[in-house]
Amino acid sequence: MAKFDLNDDGLVVIVGSGAGGGTLGSELAQKGIKVVILEAGARHNMEDFVNDEWASFAQLAWTDMRTTSGSWRVARDFPNLPAWIVKAVGGSTVHWAGASLRFEEHEFRIRDHYGAMPGANLLDWPITRAELDPWYAKAEDRMGVTRTNAIPGLPGNNNFKVMEAGARRLGYKEVHTGRMAINSEERHDRGACQQIGFCFQGCKSGAKWSTLISEIPRGEETGNLEVRPDSMVLRIEHDAAGKVTGVVYADASGTLQRQKARLVAVAGNSLESPRLLLNSASAKFPDGLANSSGQVGRNYMRHMTGSVYGVFERSVHMYRGTTMAGIIRDEAAHDPRRGFAGGYEMETVSLGVPFLAAFLNPGAWGRSFTSAMEQYPRMAGMWLVGEDMPQETNRITLDPVAKDKFGMPVASVHYDDHPNDVAMRNHAYRQGAAIYEAVGATVTYPTTPYPSTHNMGTNRMSANPRDGVVNKFGQTHDIRNLFVSDGSQFTSGAACNPTLTIVSLALRQADHIAGAMQRREI
Amino acid sequence: MREVDPRPRVSRRGFLRSAAVAAPAAALASGAGLPVGEAWAEGGAALAPAELKTLVKMARDIYPHDFLGDVYYITAIRPWDAKAAADPAVRALLTQGVRRLDEDAHGCHGLPYVQVAWEADRVVLLEGIARTDFFKKIRSDLVVSLYNQPELWPKFGYEGSSADKGGYINRGFNDIDWLPKV
Repeated sequence: MAKFDLNDDGLVVIVGSGAGGGTLGSELAQKGIKVVILEAGARHNMEDFVNDEWASFAQLAWTDMRTTSGSWRVARDFPNLPAWIVKAVGGSTVHWAGASLRFEEHEFRIRDHYGAMPGANLLDWPITRAELDPWYAKAEDRMGVTRTNAIPGLPGNNNFKVMEAGARRLGYKEVHTGRMAINSEERHDRGACQQIGFCFQGCKSGAKWSTLISEIPRGEETGNLEVRPDSMVLRIEHDAAGKVTGVVYADASGTLQRQKARLVAVAGNSLESPRLLLNSASAKFPDGLANSSGQVGRNYMRHMTGSVYGVFERSVHMYRGTTMAGIIRDEAAHDPRRGFAGGYEMETVSLGVPFLAAFLNPGAWGRSFTSAMEQYPRMAGMWLVGEDMPQETNRITLDPVAKDKFGMPVASVHYDDHPNDVAMRNHAYRQGAAIYEAVGATVTYPTTPYPSTHNMGTNRMSANPRDGVVNKFGQTHDIRNLFVSDGSQFTSGAACNPTLTIVSLALRQADHIAGAMQRREI
Repeated sequence: MREVDPRPRVSRRGFLRSAAVAAPAAALASGAGLPVGEAWAEGGAALAPAELKTLVKMARDIYPHDFLGDVYYITAIRPWDAKAAADPAVRALLTQGVRRLDEDAHGCHGLPYVQVAWEADRVVLLEGIARTDFFKKIRSDLVVSLYNQPELWPKFGYEGSSADKGGYINRGFNDIDWLPKV
């Protein structure tokens, strides 16, 4: 395994090892480029994962201090947990459910397609679906996405069968067990799904794709990739010309280290990536790195989201089997007759008793709450995930008071629902309830959004440097050798889960970086 | 369909031996339906027996599950005693919170909280303190410390860890048999 010198200024240094950073690092290493990935969290193997929601949360979740504001209910119920994401090698690909969908063509050009929307900050991506399609295809093959590359779909579990039966009764057509980066049969280096459940707690069988078990080991085998866990990057440094020269990070012992770099790619998730750019402010860049547009941290998106749980007279056992292998896509289209722009997906979801208690209706108590809990075995669940509107005022800023253990200001997350988000969520709640009622639900529970798992925007792509932070390759408009490689690049969020698009963009970016380095442009 | 057996899998003897010494959740699991007795509340490091009993009553009234014996609520509440012993601010929060609840109960019913006979009447008293730091801390801790006890999961039809049992691929992940044909 590679071990590179702190003073080696020929390296690509990547901050974060998740879908963006882990994929980029592995791909560059396979192209012969020397890479160091600095990961804030620890390295766990899949044998270490635990089928226990709170114990797993303690093992994997990013629980460092963050603050919140805005009208979203998360700010009230979980003021210091705006996002449910992972701090570990593999990032949130350890925790993700595996849903792997391509954005629709129109979702890359929402300003053009939806028109101007008051209070929102819509912008078209500088790339099109057609441009990204070859990279989507490469990502799907690499991740082993079911229903692509002749890979069969996963078998439907009980939770899916309930949702499917209700959806058919309502006349929905596009209903299946999803395009999932979870093996339905053995393929390449991963085995078949054992229907364990606990997909959110780290897959213990290795059927689910993650950068931890798939990309990073493949990169490490080349001898060109070094992953340093427990390495929290505090700031990015630059020279007098404004070129990035390296990063300062705290190692496992808390000692500050300076890693030199030829190029830095930031992939710390939509909360940490803008925080790092803002915390790297200098005399030359007083508003933070790559922030001449003032857009760093802005246009934070977290998807519309919500859940519906339905209770039946007889058992469902929703927790058995693959958590999210079930989808209804009929509402994903843009159909303004419904009273909102954009669309949403309905996907199966389940929580165990400990998490259902915490998230079904945070803060609730008394008999109405415990009555719901007692229906647990007869409950089916679905997650509603749809496009939320980018707004300039939904943003990550540096908290003026709270600091982390290294003295750096923490991320403060402000989010207000746009009226379009509210209209979409209400529609989705009604449809979700109708699906379960169509097959005999005696009661349904419209459940408030969980802490954000899909964090997007905050360093968005734009054709014009005035409108965003990075160009169509994730290269910052302001600094040639500084890139952004995670979901914070997203110009819009689309209806579907973001990981496949993050991976596709990272593969495309790796090609671009390798070419630019070869041509000595960087 | 394979249903979940709600009966606990831990011996009664282990429970009886350990309940009095505030044993960890795993050892406390009984489900035998036995009354717990009084001993569990004795010998607290910071909280008086009456205070602990009020907190346990309050816990049941916050998350009332009639199929759960007191043992689960005791397990959830008992750690507050050590926290109160370690931190005077916690101790003050709890003793003052309990005192306020009892004062309210005396005011309305002429009785301490635990002796107010109807749950509905006690819930009114809890609603009166629902915005206090005391109530919020007890509730937000309880939603984890109660529902995170593996011993009570089978009673909710939840099977917990599954990878160690080979997942559900041969244990009923798709065994639903009552859905209408579509």
